[in-house]
Amino acid sequence: MNGFWAVYKRELKGYFATPVAYVFLVIFLFIAGWWTFRDGFYEFRQADMTIFFRTLPWFLAFMGPAAAMRLWAEERKTGSIELLFTLPITVSQAVIGKFLAAWTFLAIALVLTFPIPVTVAYLGDPDAGLIIAGYVGSLLVAGMFLAIGSFFSALSKNQVISVILACVTCLALMLAGLPTTLNYLSAALPAGLLGVAESLFVQTQFESMVKGMVAFSNIAYFLILITGWVAACSVILNERKAS
Amino acid sequence: MISVRQLRRTFGPIVAVDNIAFEAAKGDVLGFLGPNGAGKSTAMKMLACFLTPDSGTAQICGHDILTDSMAVRKCIGYLAENAPAYPEMTVGGFLDFVCDARQIKGMARKKALDRIVPMCSIDSVYHQTIDTLSKGYKRRVGLAQALIHDPQVLILDEPTDGLDPNQKHEVRQLINEMARDKCIIISTHILEEVEIVCNRAVIIARGQILVDSTPKALKEKHHCTLDEVFRKITSTKKIA
Repeated sequence: MNGFWAVYKRELKGYFATPVAYVFLVIFLFIAGWWTFRDGFYEFRQADMTIFFRTLPWFLAFMGPAAAMRLWAEERKTGSIELLFTLPITVSQAVIGKFLAAWTFLAIALVLTFPIPVTVAYLGDPDAGLIIAGYVGSLLVAGMFLAIGSFFSALSKNQVISVILACVTCLALMLAGLPTTLNYLSAALPAGLLGVAESLFVQTQFESMVKGMVAFSNIAYFLILITGWVAACSVILNERKAS
Repeated sequence: MISVRQLRRTFGPIVAVDNIAFEAAKGDVLGFLGPNGAGKSTAMKMLACFLTPDSGTAQICGHDILTDSMAVRKCIGYLAENAPAYPEMTVGGFLDFVCDARQIKGMARKKALDRIVPMCSIDSVYHQTIDTLSKGYKRRVGLAQALIHDPQVLILDEPTDGLDPNQKHEVRQLINEMARDKCIIISTHILEEVEIVCNRAVIIARGQILVDSTPKALKEKHHCTLDEVFRKITSTKKIA
């Protein structure tokens, strides 16, 4: 447990010890806000955050890997991984500690988008439950992309390679849920399988949460995937921490 | 305190460490000597539980490196080859992290820091970030990290590499001071260092232990300086 806290604390502080965190937050908040207004936040004339949440996962598919790329690639490149794993810290403690630190960092980024819900509340009378569900969904999507990012970060010493591989994987998962892909699949798959395939897509799960229907299965979907990627990350590290 | 049994590790077709075995007791300062690529670092990494051996094992303070690596890691201090640390952290922040990981809390932490910071002469850089430090200071921070929990067993991979003569002298003095109640393994290829700090010399080449003796005995046996002994033993070229 101590190993976990030590890693978590160090990693979270590490974000703010360099300008990385601030550059990241400024870009994140600027683009998230700009995108919302560009897509017609006012023109929509609805007191809700549908527009914000609709574009957010696409954006997170880049920002998640970007926030996760340094987690392991840097440790391996500078050799500090040798220090880390000769301290009394197990691989899984370190993997989970780092992942949760990155997740906390993205949660901070999401919290800092508060001017948007404040604006919505000022302009109208939004459904608070819907907004909370949207944020919970976004946090879960962020966690999943971070887990993918940390996996690829452990895979390569080179941060550029790890971030590109992670972005491509996240985008592939997002693109798979687009209507065009679904149309194509509907021609190829029998109806029963199509339903199964559809329910496996990030968007399907996320959109049902944004609509306010937060089911156990939605949350379980993300948590299972996060656990899977994080577990894969520790397997990879056990294999090649020394290479 | 350290008992190594038939430790072997390969990297693909290269046999880095080939069935080495030795014992070291409290009060021993064991100098690990060998040319580059002899397997010194690999052997030390296995003892520090960073690499897992292909076969064989070792016991440190009564704990097995394979089955109880957490206990081993708790009782050793390890300084890796290039004294890796987190460059963006300050020295103080870095030592705090190590204390966190090693469960040194409250008063014990304050005492440990008060002891270690002057001991490694890093007072003047305590609030500096590590990437602004010179090589010598970085290594001292690494040393402080390895000593902070006052371990019984110390494994130091080239602790004086890259230090200036004064700093080398200080580190050697530090090792001599601690030698009495610890078991220390240091790797080096500076032979004068072995004569100053070590009471045992293990010469290793191509992954195998060639000599396990004392610096004095080696010199007497071969009637020459350690330098020449080293060359005689490890040189791959046949001396006609």
